[in-house]
Amino acid sequence: MTQPILKVTGLKKHFPVSTGGVFSKGKGVVKAVDGVDLEIFPGQTIGLVGESGCGKTTVGRTVLKLYEPTAGTIEFNGEDITNLTPKQMKPRRSQMQMIFQDPFASLNPRQTVGTLIGNTFDIQKITPQGGKVEEIQRLMKRVGLNPEHINRYPHEFSGGQRQRIGVARAIALKPKLIVADEPVSALDVSIQAQVVNLLEDLQEEFNLSYLFVAHDLSVVQHISDRVVVMYLGKVMEDADKKDLFLNPRHPYTKALLSAVPVPDPKIGRARERIILQGDLPSPVNPPAGCVFNTRCWKAQDKCRTEVPELVQIQPGHKIACHFPEPASA
Amino acid sequence: MSAFLEVKNLTVSFPTEDGLVQASNDISFSVDRGETLAVVGESGSGKSVTSLAIMGLHNRQTTNINGSAVLNLESGPIDVISAPEEQVRRLRGKAMSMIFQDPMSALHPYYSIGDQLSEAWRLYNKGDKKAGFKRATEMLELVGIPDASKRVKEFPHQFSGGMRQRVMIAMALINNPALLIADEPTTALDVTVQSQILQLLKDMQKEFNMAVILITHDLGVVAEVADRVNVMYAGKIVEQGVADGIYYKPDHPYTIGLLNSIPRVDQLEGKRLIAIPGQPPSLINLPQGCSFRKRCTFADQVADNLCATIAPSLDMKENAHFSRCHLTEKQLVAARGGK
Repeated sequence: MTQPILKVTGLKKHFPVSTGGVFSKGKGVVKAVDGVDLEIFPGQTIGLVGESGCGKTTVGRTVLKLYEPTAGTIEFNGEDITNLTPKQMKPRRSQMQMIFQDPFASLNPRQTVGTLIGNTFDIQKITPQGGKVEEIQRLMKRVGLNPEHINRYPHEFSGGQRQRIGVARAIALKPKLIVADEPVSALDVSIQAQVVNLLEDLQEEFNLSYLFVAHDLSVVQHISDRVVVMYLGKVMEDADKKDLFLNPRHPYTKALLSAVPVPDPKIGRARERIILQGDLPSPVNPPAGCVFNTRCWKAQDKCRTEVPELVQIQPGHKIACHFPEPASA
Repeated sequence: MSAFLEVKNLTVSFPTEDGLVQASNDISFSVDRGETLAVVGESGSGKSVTSLAIMGLHNRQTTNINGSAVLNLESGPIDVISAPEEQVRRLRGKAMSMIFQDPMSALHPYYSIGDQLSEAWRLYNKGDKKAGFKRATEMLELVGIPDASKRVKEFPHQFSGGMRQRVMIAMALINNPALLIADEPTTALDVTVQSQILQLLKDMQKEFNMAVILITHDLGVVAEVADRVNVMYAGKIVEQGVADGIYYKPDHPYTIGLLNSIPRVDQLEGKRLIAIPGQPPSLINLPQGCSFRKRCTFADQVADNLCATIAPSLDMKENAHFSRCHLTEKQLVAARGGK
């Protein structure tokens, strides 16, 4: 068995918040991530899904050590990087990159494309073979941009093109792992497919691993090998893609999947939909027991007192639930 | 008997320093009470501009609007495009109403939910503030806000995104409008909340027998709620028809391309997505001929380079199904992959 490129065990990230007014001393914590395990193998894509506020973005940022983890360990390529300082992290960063959600906010408007992509080489003090400018232009071509546009500024590009700049920047140093945080959700439908296809091609070419963070289950289903479902900072279900979509065992996953609209009127009308009541509870004050119990139609007394552990219920399929859904054939 | 709203040849353009922006061009459609029309398109396709014109919300001094949008009210038809602004203002909130995408920026942060709802009600009804709050509470109950009598006194920041969107719906419906325009009402929401809101809109439509125009870019949402669909591209309606026709027998390469390019949660084979190449044209310098030509994979099949010279008109392909395309039926069958 090959070694995972990223192994995360018991990851926690808590943010302090003040609970009262400006002068109050009361301090609480938001348990944004509260015990997450993940494993990504080379060339694999893990989809991380959940509603806004479930902690999926925080997981993505913490595994890259953009946030300091509160507890747990992060192993990258077999090395424990949990307690490395930013200085120690720097040389390792060329191996782990990120693509951000908003292509309008993540590019410095006063830098040209050439500078934006070239910065990655400067920061790591690397001179690419064949010269920097040539390498930047090769990258631009690779992601589908016109290399002649090297001196243009971000505002001269459309949303899809800007996201391609973000992708070029992320692959410039030939990383092993890319954390993609909602990379297509800000794009128009007809452009989304272009970027999704580009990400898939690059993965094949460079044997990249992706941690694909997104709320759009249709895109996640398409691109992922495995899918991890989060709710209020905890993993609810973790399974092989096919297994998860055909045979969801956690009530939350089931409800989430049933809520995804399908672009097919007959299926849309016929499908049974589980409509969850209410909203996501506040992560400052999560419910006792199972965090999902306030919206779960199956919740019983046990769910309100006892936290369900994430356990394997069939090979490669883990869930955290006291009363799992029956396995379908 | 004519439909409640009849839009004919509606054209909206904005003069700018760079040239004339042709935001929506020659739009014609109708919606009747009890019916849901979905308007689908990418950003810049003109879907919001069209609905703002129907609501009379464009500045008439800086916008060129031509054509007509007639509301067939019990008191007689009114064309909101040519009617005096004061008259159109009295239609807003009562005859027609609108919900916007972002419920946070559409609610006033300084006033309580009850204040804002009762203001809308008192505009058209005689009653004091107390009566307004009573009516507001009823509406909040109707849209499924628990503990409505307490929450009516609260402020927008005390509500979650989904709850705020419910408040927006309550406000839009407080005077029983005959037409509701919902502009991306669930785009800012999570899927589980989205399905709550879509269900609520369906229930409310039944309750008030409204004509609903739903503007969205999400073909999944459209499939769930629409009776009829307008597909827009670069300011024009490129295809128009009943929902099933649009999904199962699309007659325009853009619609075919859109349906091919979206991943579906119920298809697990992991087939590569067929992306539409390129990007939408600028609305200032629209290309001659068909606006979609440069992204269309079938344009070279049309004889005499017709796509590059003559803009196709919105023609009826079959019963009540219209499309703006030069391709023949045989070529379209091939474009659909044999269907």
